[in-house]
Order: sequence, then C-alpha cells, then structure tokens
Amino acid sequence: MLLSNYVDAFTTASLGVLFKNTMIVGIVSTLLSLVITILTAFAFARLEFKGKELLFAALLATMMIPGELFTITNFATVTNLGWRNTYTVLIVPFLVSVFYIYLLRQNFLQIPNELYLAAKVDGTSDLKYLWKVMVPLSLPTLISITILKMMGAWNSYIWPRLVANDEAHRLITNGLRNAFTDTTGDVNYPVQMAAVALVSAPLFLVFVFLRKYIMSGVSRSGIKG
Amino acid sequence: MKIVLQNLTKIFPSRNKKSNEEVVAVNNFNFEIPDGKLIGLLGPSGCGKSTTLYMISGLQKPSSGRIFFGDDDVTELSTENRGIGLVFQNYALYPHLTVKQNILFPLQNLRGKDKMDKNAMLDRAYEAAKLVQIEQLLDRKPSELSGGQQQRVAIARALVKMPRVLLLDEPLSNLDARLRLQTREEIRRIQKETGITTVFVTHDQEEAMSISDMIVVMKTGLVQQIGKPQEVYDDPANLFVAKFLGTPPINVFSGRVKQGKLYIGEDAVMEFTNVPDQEVTVGIRPEGFILDDNGPLKCKPVNVEVMGRDVSIVSTHGASLNPLVRSIVNADNRIDITGDFVRYAVKPHKIFIFNKETEERIYFEVK
Repeated sequence: MLLSNYVDAFTTASLGVLFKNTMIVGIVSTLLSLVITILTAFAFARLEFKGKELLFAALLATMMIPGELFTITNFATVTNLGWRNTYTVLIVPFLVSVFYIYLLRQNFLQIPNELYLAAKVDGTSDLKYLWKVMVPLSLPTLISITILKMMGAWNSYIWPRLVANDEAHRLITNGLRNAFTDTTGDVNYPVQMAAVALVSAPLFLVFVFLRKYIMSGVSRSGIKG
Repeated sequence: MKIVLQNLTKIFPSRNKKSNEEVVAVNNFNFEIPDGKLIGLLGPSGCGKSTTLYMISGLQKPSSGRIFFGDDDVTELSTENRGIGLVFQNYALYPHLTVKQNILFPLQNLRGKDKMDKNAMLDRAYEAAKLVQIEQLLDRKPSELSGGQQQRVAIARALVKMPRVLLLDEPLSNLDARLRLQTREEIRRIQKETGITTVFVTHDQEEAMSISDMIVVMKTGLVQQIGKPQEVYDDPANLFVAKFLGTPPINVFSGRVKQGKLYIGEDAVMEFTNVPDQEVTVGIRPEGFILDDNGPLKCKPVNVEVMGRDVSIVSTHGASLNPLVRSIVNADNRIDITGDFVRYAVKPHKIFIFNKETEERIYFEVK
C-alpha cells in the first residue's frame, strides 16, 4: 500500500470532476426525491380524494415491473427529449420511488389521528402540520430513505453509462472503470483500488454519522393508551 | 359564553353501500348551556356524546341544526375560528416537542391581528402552565411525564389560547382511580378559576355527577334527561336514566299496581292514590331500603359486604330483574342474615315506578 497510489488515483482519473458530478446528482436527486416522497405519501395517508385506493394500488403494481424492462424505453424517451449527456437525465428518471412512498405512507398512517385533529383545533394548515408534526415524527424513515437514495445515486452504473458518459457528466462508478485501463488493456490495479477506497469513504461517513438517527427513532409516547 | 344547540342532528351514512342503513348518532339535540358552567355529557358508549362534542368543536359538521356561541352562529365556522380548546381522550400531545413547545403551539398559529410576539407568547404559556401546576416540567418531553402530568399539559395547551369554550373528551379515562379523583377536582378548580364554559364527555356517571353543574344523559343519540346531578338522580325521567345513575346501581323488579297498592311479587310494598292498575317496572335505590322486622319486602339473604361506614346486604328476590338485590344500610344496624328472610320497608322517595313497555316514569302520590 503506497500513499502515492492515492495521489495517482486522484490525478489520472480526474477524481475531482467525478466526485463533483456524483455529488451534484446525488444531492439534488435525494433532495427532490424527498420532497416528492413526502408530499405523495402525505396525500395517500391523509388527504381524501376520489380513487385514492385505486391509484395507490396502481402505483404499487408498478413495483412488479423489473427496472431492466424500462431501461430501453427510458433510453428512447430521454434521447427524444434531447437529454443525453446532461445532469437532468441522471436525476429526473429516478426521482419517484414507489417503494419510498409506500414506506413513508405506512409511517404516516401510524401517527394517531388525534394529533391531526389537535392541530386542526390549534389552527394549523395541512402543510404546516406535515412539516411540523409528521416530518419530525417520521425522521428515522426519512433518514433511511436519504441513505438509500444517496447510495443508489453513488452506486448507479448502467444508466449513467448509457446516457451520460461524456467527460463533463461522467459519474464516479464509470470513471473508476475507465480511467485505469491503459491502451493495451492492462488495468493498473493498485491505483484503481486506491481510487475505490477513496470513493467509498464519503458513503461510509454518511452512514457513520446518520447511524444514531436510524437506530434511535423518535418516541411516540405523547399518546396514552 | 353560552352555547346553544338547536335541533342538532348528526347522521352517518351507511358504511355498507347496499344496505343503506344510516346511523343517527345524535338526534334532534336541543340545549342551552349557560355561561360559565361545567356540563357533563353522560351516556354509554355509542350514545352520541362524543359526536355532540365534536360538533361543538367543529371537527364534525352537523347533518342539520345550528350551534350558537353566545349570539354568533358558528355552525359553518371552521374549528380554528371558533375559539375553542379541546382536550382529547389520549391527550394528543406532540411527542417530539417539549412541554413548553406543546403549549406554545396553538399561539404560534395565530394569524392577523391576533399574532403575538415571542415574549407575549412565553408569558401566556407560563401563565397556562402555572394554572395547571406544571411550571417545573416545561422542558420535558411528553414521554417523560406521568399520565396525570400529560393530562395537565393537554389542558394547558387547550387553555393557552384563552378559548371561549373548553371541551374535554373523556378526560379522566386514562388515569388510575386515585389520580382520577384528584384530577377531577383539578378540572373543577381550573374551570371555576377561568370561568370558561366547559363541556365534558364521560361514560362514568360518578365522575359526571361529582363535578358537573348540569348533566345531560344520552342514549342512542337521544337526550334522555337534562338537569342538576342531584335532581336527575332523585327524579329520573325513565328507567334508563334510573339504571345509569348511581353506584351500586338501582334494584329493578317487575311489579304491578292493583287497587292502589304496589306489589313486588307477593309483597305489597306501598300504597298510593293515583295510579291505575297495570304491570309496572319498579326501581328501588340501594339506600331506599330500611331494615324492618315487620317490613313488607321479603328477600333471601346471600351475603353481607362491609364497606366501613355502610353495609351492603346482598340478597335475592323472585321478582327481581337483576340476579341480586343490593341494599345499603347504616353499619350501626345489627345485621342478622342467619334467618330465611331479611325484611325491608322502603323509603317512598327512593322508589320509582315505570311503564313496563315505554319505560317512562309513572309519577305517584303516596297515600
């Protein structure tokens, strides 16, 4: 193990750009995804509208279609939209996750109805109730979702390779794959492994720091009986 | 602030679409709640008392009828604009907020001219906390409080907005017996101190009787009787009210009136002037029995329960509609249940007779 390998890894693979790209995609998609998930889960858990159950069942049904199946149609769609080699194409297609919505909706449903009624008596709007009561109470789930989504963005390989593999938008997984193979086809394994270690570090740190939130959870005991 | 309920009705549509069976939860409720009084809504579960409370709060819309606070018609007004405080059965405190934040929560939502600055809000919160005596708990989370303390926090949160009306939904049902006694005194004290018109719902008749200025007895959506607790107890309008109030419960017998005499089984217990001959249901309060060796009512003794000040004699009687007849007599009496019979005379004002079919009260004059 040579320290110089780490330095080499940074320079040959232009890790800085790769990191930046992955960060942008990871953070933006996680934030947008959280907003969408929270609002959708709230609608399915709290609001009353026609066809709610049916719509939710339809959403759940989409989970049965394996992701590989729509890779090709997605590719065609984003190409037609002219989104190839942009950040948009890396972020938008996977913003909505039915699984996260389902997870959070179940969590929202566990919050006692009386809290909502109490908030109504106190003059709280739906949105404010969502923000001030439901979100804090569901924090462990939201943190789990954040970690999963972050990891998903960090680890994504096939989709970025297909639609955004130019220098400016390449993500870290593809960067690692390409950068250390020289023209003869030999792979410089020591440097590649050093790069892999560097790349794993941020995700590892995220997990370490958020762990206590995942474990602890928020106590629900404002309710008796 | 007086509250007027006018022909208040709530009908829930049938859950089952085919059957079209509607549930009438509250049926044509008329009542004027006087300003500054404590009113107990009393009845068995499913009688519509909570629905009535929720309609007053605005969380449920009445199917028909009007609600007035003072002279304002609030029927169409949304909950937050009615100026009410509501305490839920399970308190519904926000578990992630401290006690202080919980009490501040209603104030932070005030808008427009009612908007308060931070210090004013804090003052108000301290005031409310002081009223329910939880000043020293302000920085705790609800999970770190006992049931009784959580209950006080819930009351403080309801009072902090200085509501025109305070509504309590089964406020004591989650407390243990001792705490319940203590807390109901507390509620009475707070209500007296603030002078806020208060309505509370309970299925516990003792609780309602002990602290209410007036009680409303309900059954299957219909108001059975409204009055001061003692009046309702002494003068029930029908068999249901008579049975519902009082511990131990009233003793019920099937009986009949024949030629001005009231018979329970073969025992002629009373004479009166103005009741025509008919089959009746007779209710006798446990304290309405007098031990008397020549008394007309003969019961078979089973057991004697000593309760300290009083003694309860458990016996059976052929005409009793309850399995056991329970009387309460002063412990000074020498109780002898070794004989075949224990004989009672009855106090006329503790005995009620009801129409056998309608179960309505039949009033009589003692000869």
